[in-house]
Amino acid sequence: MSTNQAMVEKYRNNFLKEVEANVEEGEWVKMCMQCGVCSGSCPLGKFWDHPPQEIFMMIRAGKRDEVLTSSSMWMCTSCYNCIVRCPRELPITHIMHGLAHYAKRLGLVPQNQPTAKFAQLFWDNLMKKGRVNELKLGMALYFMNGFGEGVKVAMKNQKLGMNMMKTGRMNPMEILGGHAVKDLGGFHKVMKKAQELEDARIAKHGA
Amino acid sequence: MTEVVATNETILVVGGGISGMTAALEAAETGKQVVLVEKRPYLGGRVSQLYKYFPKLCFPTCGLEINQRRSKMNPNLTILTMAEVVDLKGEKGNYTASVKLSPRYVNDNCTACGDCEKAVEAQFDDEYNYGLGKRKGAYLPYRMAHPQRYVLDPRIIGTPDADKAKAACKYNAIDLEMSEEVVNFPCGAMIWATGWKPYDAAKIQPYGYDRIANVITSVEFERMADPSGPTGGKIVRPSDGKEAKSVAFIQCAGSRDRNHLLHCSRICCMASLKQCTYVSDAYGADADISVYYIDIRAIDRIEDFYEKVKAIQQVKFIKSKPASIVADKDGNPVVHGVDTEGYKRFANAHDLVVLAIGMEPSVDKDSFPVDIVLNREGFIEAAPENGGVFAAGSASDALDVNRAVQHATGAALRAIQVVNSVARAEA
Ligand SMILES: Cc1cc2nc3c(=O)[nH]c(=O)nc-3n(C[C@H](O)[C@H](O)[C@H](O)COP(=O)(O)OP(=O)(O)OC[C@H]3O[C@@H](n4cnc5c(N)ncnc54)[C@H](O)[C@@H]3O)c2cc1C
Ligand code: SF4
Ligand code: SF4
Repeated sequence: MSTNQAMVEKYRNNFLKEVEANVEEGEWVKMCMQCGVCSGSCPLGKFWDHPPQEIFMMIRAGKRDEVLTSSSMWMCTSCYNCIVRCPRELPITHIMHGLAHYAKRLGLVPQNQPTAKFAQLFWDNLMKKGRVNELKLGMALYFMNGFGEGVKVAMKNQKLGMNMMKTGRMNPMEILGGHAVKDLGGFHKVMKKAQELEDARIAKHGA
Repeated sequence: MTEVVATNETILVVGGGISGMTAALEAAETGKQVVLVEKRPYLGGRVSQLYKYFPKLCFPTCGLEINQRRSKMNPNLTILTMAEVVDLKGEKGNYTASVKLSPRYVNDNCTACGDCEKAVEAQFDDEYNYGLGKRKGAYLPYRMAHPQRYVLDPRIIGTPDADKAKAACKYNAIDLEMSEEVVNFPCGAMIWATGWKPYDAAKIQPYGYDRIANVITSVEFERMADPSGPTGGKIVRPSDGKEAKSVAFIQCAGSRDRNHLLHCSRICCMASLKQCTYVSDAYGADADISVYYIDIRAIDRIEDFYEKVKAIQQVKFIKSKPASIVADKDGNPVVHGVDTEGYKRFANAHDLVVLAIGMEPSVDKDSFPVDIVLNREGFIEAAPENGGVFAAGSASDALDVNRAVQHATGAALRAIQVVNSVARAEA
């Protein structure tokens, strides 16, 4: 049984409970009073399928599939406009990231969701050397949508790249492996431990 | 020196709004000795600044007039205006109060003829009109002010204006030698009826009250609608004086919000519904009224009033707490948000936006001059630790006039019980 199916079994018709137990800051969802300030405050809101207020109502209405496969939470740029204005002090930004994370864990992220793809690239890049290699990440990003598209984007951003190099923000030599954090072994140990803690937490609430 | 005749069977009432007046009169009419202390130069409190009362849409002046008559006729009632309680010592049944009296510079020879007002030149923001207009340095706070006696603004004292005022008075009513004094007197019980104040609208940053001329508060709107107010009762845009036919009301401005006031101010839904009628009365079919709300809280018998306003064709209800207000190039405030019914974005331009501002206690939590139990919003709790000190009206919670007056009558009864037990002990 997939994790997703196990969760469906476990929480049956209570998606709110599922969110409360498994999503970061999920226990706040029930505090939403549907005032609408967050939705109106989101600078990217008009590009979302469902603004945060609607997502919270959908969770309460048990619309599990629509929520978890939605691209909405992937659109959050962490501007924090909603958090500072919410009259109930819901940590909306964190809930959005929590939902994205949970959807990813269950394998429900829409195919080719660009933010999810970028997040994966960022993560993989970071894990190698314990620091982000700007040059490689940038390249990977350019070619995210295929070779031809990548060359086009790279040409367009040529000036930006040159300026970054001039001001020492990006080193062309980084393409050859790139440098690592001082104690790379230690870094990997930290990450391993963190993963164990996270797995234990999930096992406690999850299937 | 002001003399106050009082004993430990006297009831001291602080605040002369509708609640304080009610408590003082109810107690005095049962034969108790009452001293009423009011910070402003006149009685009536914030009710005197309303144009009409919900739910009957009658004029508050009517109710105030009855109370003023009752107080004039009652020998048991001593009224001290421009006065504030600064200290209270002792215990239930045996207190000593210290009251600071600020100089009015006008004695009771004053006939309210207004000659001093004509003589002086300096002008100041008119606090009765929430700063929407100006008043002179010698002034009658408002036309029905009780007591009907002029006041000199302390800022003109020592300037040629003060001498001009004195010279203009035919009744020898102006006394420039008056100075601040503190009087101490005994009392057995105290009623704290200091009321409320509007929440500072500028703190609700996204609504632009401090930046956009055509965004005003509901208390200011009451003054604007009043024919004796700063615009002569015309509903206009402060930026250019043009008629404001498209008016938006924003509910819960500062209330029910953990960034501002935690509580629901309870009366602002009704106040906005009432104010919708001001606009539709003024502009009829040309009016275009929008009420932006989270939920409308019009409780028990006043639900009827809500139904009545809903039936006005020019009134739209939009279920949304707006996210922000910005001004367009013509100075129109544009309200931005998402409608909860359908999750549609809107950006609506209006002539005027009225913020239904929340009510907070008028006395600051941290500077209460007497020991008293306050709740987390700063309203007075009914608690045994308060001894012989009781709250009345909106000092205890956000209340409308009907509830404030009922509460004040209850407070009077509690105070009477205290002074009665003092009387019994001494008999
Ligand atoms: C926009 C708006 C519209 C409203 N319309 C209506 C309506 O139509 N109908 C209705 O029923 N209610 C209405 N209300 C509510 C109404 O204003 C209150 O119910 C009423 O003012 C309560 O009276 P009060 O005496 O308790 O307080 P207040 O009116 O605030 O009176 C308190 C008095 O105490 C004095 N005071 C304060 N501090 C001190 C001190 N330290 N020492 C001495 N004196 C002090 C003040 O100067 C004031 O005179 C409205 C409120 C708002 C915001
Ligand atoms: S601002 Fe807060 S209370 Fe209002 S709809 Fe958004 S999450 Fe809910
Ligand atoms: S009375 Fe209405 S406007 Fe006022 S705080 Fe309560 S819900 Fe909001």
